Amino acid sequence: MFPEQWRISIRGPVNSFIEALVANYGFAFRAFAHSVLQAIIFVETILRATPWWVLIIVFMALAWAGTRRAIVTITIGLLMLLIGVLGLWDLTMQTLALMLIGTVVSIIIGIPIGILAAKSRPFRNFALPALDVMQTMPGFVYLIPVMMLFGLGKVPAVLATIIYAVPPLIRLTDLGIRQVDAEVVEAATAFGGNPRQILLGVELPLAVPTIMAGLNQTIMMALSMVVVASMIGARGLGEQVLNGIQTLDVGKGLEAGIGIVVLAVVLDRITQGFGRTRKSEQTNG
Amino acid sequence: MAEIEIRNIFKIFGPKSGKAMAMARQGRSKADILAETGSSLGLSDVSLQIGAGRIFVIMGLSGSGKSTLVRHLNRLVEPTAGEVLFDGKNILDLDAPSLREFRNRHASMVFQGFGLFPHRTVLQNVVYASHVRGLSRAETHPIGMKWIEAVGLNGYEHKYPDELSGGMKQRVGLARALAADTDTILMDEAFSALDPLIRADMQDQLLALQRDLSKTIVFITHDLDEALRIGSEIAILKDGCLVQVGTPETIIERPANDYVARFVRRRDSLRLT
Repeated sequence: MFPEQWRISIRGPVNSFIEALVANYGFAFRAFAHSVLQAIIFVETILRATPWWVLIIVFMALAWAGTRRAIVTITIGLLMLLIGVLGLWDLTMQTLALMLIGTVVSIIIGIPIGILAAKSRPFRNFALPALDVMQTMPGFVYLIPVMMLFGLGKVPAVLATIIYAVPPLIRLTDLGIRQVDAEVVEAATAFGGNPRQILLGVELPLAVPTIMAGLNQTIMMALSMVVVASMIGARGLGEQVLNGIQTLDVGKGLEAGIGIVVLAVVLDRITQGFGRTRKSEQTNG
Repeated sequence: MAEIEIRNIFKIFGPKSGKAMAMARQGRSKADILAETGSSLGLSDVSLQIGAGRIFVIMGLSGSGKSTLVRHLNRLVEPTAGEVLFDGKNILDLDAPSLREFRNRHASMVFQGFGLFPHRTVLQNVVYASHVRGLSRAETHPIGMKWIEAVGLNGYEHKYPDELSGGMKQRVGLARALAADTDTILMDEAFSALDPLIRADMQDQLLALQRDLSKTIVFITHDLDEALRIGSEIAILKDGCLVQVGTPETIIERPANDYVARFVRRRDSLRLT
């Protein structure tokens, strides 16, 4: 046995810190949560108010713009119909709204951090282990304090989703920029390009396929988080799965599970389509 | 027209550059310095006068420091010690914005691996310097088309670099440097990646363009034949030290030492077979 007297516990300090945070600054966190909630509700209202066939057309148009392939476009249309036929349309829109917000915030946070990591070695040395922690720490560990601070529902769900889903985007933005051919960057420098022109005009455009692979991973991870998020009161497909499991209604759980998979396939195909370079699009189209 | 003067350039790569620098000034060898400090001596006390409006060739084998030397002329590499003067002005004194301005207006570059932007068309590549200057598409278009025509790539202006052969890619690289309208062009082993016939074509094209343009061209090569063919003057580098500077005739008739003589002899023996 490990000597008992060597034991150091961080349990007490952490607990009292969180409690103090909730007691003294709870109102600030709730105000923040309120504004995030407004954004989520806004997106959700739009998605749920839009007629189903309009959304299917929008998804098919995105698929066509990304892949330029008729088969993929039609398959995506059929998959969206399947969601409707299974009676999951409304739940899927709720999940989609959570994911969209989570993904947009991930992009806003992730791409600048990825750029910073690519440009500064000390920052990268600090950021990469932090990302490892974010990805391996079990979701429930931070779900509970987040819930204590922000209350139940959609807001903690979105925050937990971002913590879990943003690392691949940061990693692949960093990698994508560092992988750009050094001679090409040197050429841009030799012709007098300034750092902004080189970043926006050369490095980021050439890193797009890698960044899109990161975004694709972020979306997939965000989707895998919806079931967990439903446990703290986020509505949508995850809630349905949870419900099915709790009532031993295997069929209901499976239906919602299929809904999640279908949504994943649809979003995966579309983002992968956009991840290809302009060049390969040309040869395909 | 730009006259370039390099004064006592030293370049040390690696840690302990101070100590390595002191050893280099004492004239210790590259191997000694590496053994004692772990730093590699890239260039050792190189001074050169590069006359305006001519092709000046810097020749050396790989590792001789020739690519490092040419990058000192637009400060893609910073010297450990020394001065680089363009028309009497030391470019090492420039701050970042003036340095960008200098690179953009006075010294363009052609790269061994072409260094083309894969996401920009031939035309967009060629006009890159003007694009950096903030000119609109309408303003850059005629400039780009003029130089695409000058290098014989008409009809390819909307292609992407990966749709072109090696020789065509380097024509784009050359057109990009010419379209920058700088008085100096730095060419780092610009033709080394091309096969021999295309290479000869490109040398002819460069000489033909130079007859009209009279730019100051600093041309890096590892090939003595290429150096003799296009250079008005040739500098030979070995292990970061300048071995000989002279006209092609001087190099052939009066090699400064055995190292240069071996290049010349090898070339003669190739001629006979």
